[in-house]
Amino acid sequence: MKDTDRNGSPDQLEARIADARRRQQGKEAKPRVSDGLSGNFMGAAFRIGVELVAALVVSVGFGWLLDRWFGTRPWLMVAFFFLGSAAGMMNVYRVANGMGLAAGFKKPGGAGSDEA
Amino acid sequence: MAEAHESPLAQFKIEAILPIHLGGVDLSFTNSAAMMVFAVLACTALLVLAGRPAALVPGRLQSVGELAYEFIAGMVRENCGTDGMKYFPWVFSIFMFVLFGNFLGMIPFTFTFTSHIIVTFALALMVFLTVTVIAFARHGFHFFSFFLPEGTPLVMAPMVVALEILSYFIRPVSLSIRLFANMMAGHTMLKVFGGFVVVLGVFGVLPFAVNVALTLFEFLVAGLQAYVFTILTCLYLKDAIELH
Repeated sequence: MKDTDRNGSPDQLEARIADARRRQQGKEAKPRVSDGLSGNFMGAAFRIGVELVAALVVSVGFGWLLDRWFGTRPWLMVAFFFLGSAAGMMNVYRVANGMGLAAGFKKPGGAGSDEA
Repeated sequence: MAEAHESPLAQFKIEAILPIHLGGVDLSFTNSAAMMVFAVLACTALLVLAGRPAALVPGRLQSVGELAYEFIAGMVRENCGTDGMKYFPWVFSIFMFVLFGNFLGMIPFTFTFTSHIIVTFALALMVFLTVTVIAFARHGFHFFSFFLPEGTPLVMAPMVVALEILSYFIRPVSLSIRLFANMMAGHTMLKVFGGFVVVLGVFGVLPFAVNVALTLFEFLVAGLQAYVFTILTCLYLKDAIELH
């Protein structure tokens, strides 16, 4: 298209490439409010199934360990079973609701949502 | 016929190729380790060969390399922003390792190391620890604010903090279980239906047809699980970088 552009010396070209790259990165760098799914429905479906199981495995295992430590069998395990169920459901809700999988996620558009 | 009676789980057996025992610790070089080394060599070879022509108009091999690069670079940039591109090599290595582990395991008579929870758990733990260290390095003790979402009523705070901390520790486990369970379940199914084919004789056509479909599905799962593992790594990394 612009023939004049092609006549620059190699180092000019390099500078232009770096410039273009910076511009493009800046353009694409807007971290969107991640939906955690990235449009990949299958990926989301595969993720949700494991979430509940993992939550229970971790929390019951943790409760069991603490029980062994303090000799309070089986009460901490029972408590952690309920905590784990809650955490698991919370995580599933987050994935399904598109808030990502993380702890500490703000609701997009909620009260203190000033991420940008 | 002997093979038909072999357990469908026999494929996951770890065998020592080169027994090494150091001070009572079994450090043998196993078939699993061999496949890991092979996966690393294979993806290194692929990327080196793909990058060598450095042609403006890429050939087939170069296209493969560029596609892989663009895919992960786009994923990291999209999820973690330009700031996250610093960690691109790490994310890319994870993706290639898992992808090669999954796909090499699809070759008959090979060993699928991603079907072992200890392997995927080690990977997930590495991701978890790295991300936590990054979060601490970037935000110091402000990191702990992560566990109390803004706007939580004070009455609910202890409960919410407990749940959030638990959720945080669930991450490596769900990350590892997801990959391992998918790979192991798929490969076991393939073997089970393969066994049906042999046992049923002429009627084995039916399970054979199922197996063809399952094999295709396994290829999909192999790619998809590598993708899921990587995108979750990206999401965790994003949390560490941005910290809400």
